[in-house]
Amino acid sequence: MVWVNDIITGILVGGLYALFACGLSLMFGVMKVVNLAHGDLAVIGGYIAVGVIAVTHIPVLWSFVIVVPLMAVLGYVLQRTVIQAALDRSILTTLLVTFGLSVVIENGLLQFESANSHSLGVDNAIITSSFSIGSQITIAYLLLLIFAVAVVVLTGLQYFLSRSRYGRLIRAVADDQEAAQLSGIDYRHVFGIAAAIAFGTVALAGIAYGMYSQFAPTTGTDTILLFAFAAVVIGGLGSLWGTLLGGVILGVSQAIGAQISGSDEFLAGYIVFLAVLVLRPQGLIARRSAS
Amino acid sequence: MSETRESGSEPLLEVRDLTVHHGQLRALDHISLRVLPGEVYAIIGANGAGKSTLLRTIAGLHRPTEGSIRFDGKDVTRIRPERRAISGIAMVPEGRRLFPSLTVEENLQVGATYARKGPWTIERVYELFTWMKDRRGQQTAQLSGGEQQSVAIGRALVANPRVLLLDELSLGLAPVVVQRIYGMLPQVLATGLTVLLVEQDVSQALRVASHLQCLLEGRTTLEGKPSDVTAEQVEAAYFGLRTAPSDQGSE
Repeated sequence: MVWVNDIITGILVGGLYALFACGLSLMFGVMKVVNLAHGDLAVIGGYIAVGVIAVTHIPVLWSFVIVVPLMAVLGYVLQRTVIQAALDRSILTTLLVTFGLSVVIENGLLQFESANSHSLGVDNAIITSSFSIGSQITIAYLLLLIFAVAVVVLTGLQYFLSRSRYGRLIRAVADDQEAAQLSGIDYRHVFGIAAAIAFGTVALAGIAYGMYSQFAPTTGTDTILLFAFAAVVIGGLGSLWGTLLGGVILGVSQAIGAQISGSDEFLAGYIVFLAVLVLRPQGLIARRSAS
Repeated sequence: MSETRESGSEPLLEVRDLTVHHGQLRALDHISLRVLPGEVYAIIGANGAGKSTLLRTIAGLHRPTEGSIRFDGKDVTRIRPERRAISGIAMVPEGRRLFPSLTVEENLQVGATYARKGPWTIERVYELFTWMKDRRGQQTAQLSGGEQQSVAIGRALVANPRVLLLDELSLGLAPVVVQRIYGMLPQVLATGLTVLLVEQDVSQALRVASHLQCLLEGRTTLEGKPSDVTAEQVEAAYFGLRTAPSDQGSE
């Protein structure tokens, strides 16, 4: 029964991983940018939340109301300036630029915030408690909440992309920028909107991570970015449901690995990641290809 | 230049001394043209004559090294392609370039996103191509080449442009399909559009054009009304067999 408990926890943590991964997947899917600063942006989201809570004293759970729009604006601005300038040169340049961004963010945080880790302690008695099913299975409300948020965000994003006017433009621009221009669409603006969404979701993931665990300046690259990559690769690039599946599989693999031996937790996740890369490089749910 | 056109109304689209380079290669060499409102202006020429480059430069996808493009009396040479589209220049690009992950209707909706006011709506396109409405939910990859070309035309029309640029509609299509697609032209012109088209298929171009210009290796080798030029002249201009009248010995 310990196994069942851990697997359930693994599934729920997978929701958090999917939340990390969806922005990475979106930015690659739309503008072919592999954002190496993605994990650091989650950490920035966490730090901004710490600051916002300290200043405004809003409840931790509601900090996203301020942090997410702030990060979305940052996403739009960064995309329209630094990342677009890199894109205009070549796709490879975006790798260098986002890597540079990652280094700058990490060292900036070390400089101004020290290497100490932070967490976002939730001050809500219900959320911090857990409930039991039978005698062996205990589920934390916080994890359930995070998983629910992930499902809502992914569903909302899927709906937005497939049904809304801007979602349609994002898909059109992802398909063919030049043809989109001929229809009067400024693809750079559409890129900015996609980046705003990606930054917003990763900020939300950063806050959730701060509630669930703790973060330090280097958490972005040594943990979050890797998990996000793994979830995207396992699930299949460009498919949001694949991303959720990838996150869940990663979470469950880690839970099983931890059961085998405490030190194998992350290794197990990466073995699954490698196995998928070798056996099914398009991921478990491949994007419907039409071309 | 034919004198009757020269004294006519103001051109809707005017290209002056346009030179475009692809790297070191000079794709267009001082090309000029004047497209009058309501005209079907056809540019013919062999592969590599610079026809597509000319249309793409007018649409804003290439930057000219020299020369100017005026549309509706305004200089648009330095304006971005999406702004030109919104101001009324729509192009059906070579190879159709539909959005493959979008359905037929979504492709049309994208075309209509920044549409000007005018007669063309998605419904009107469905009336022009009657098969399209029943298949509006399909992915464009499931369509035949001719059907895809029709969707590409529809996507340009719903923007309600003033001038429609058609780049090699016949490319990769069976002659009967090409004729059917060109069959839509009268209905399009009836709504007041002006058409500038590029075509490798000379007989097709001669059939629909009210004015003709032939390019060879980036230069104009012949220009005039289809009724004023002989088949021999067209052939000579198209293949560069001898120096055409409008290009007397200039190097």
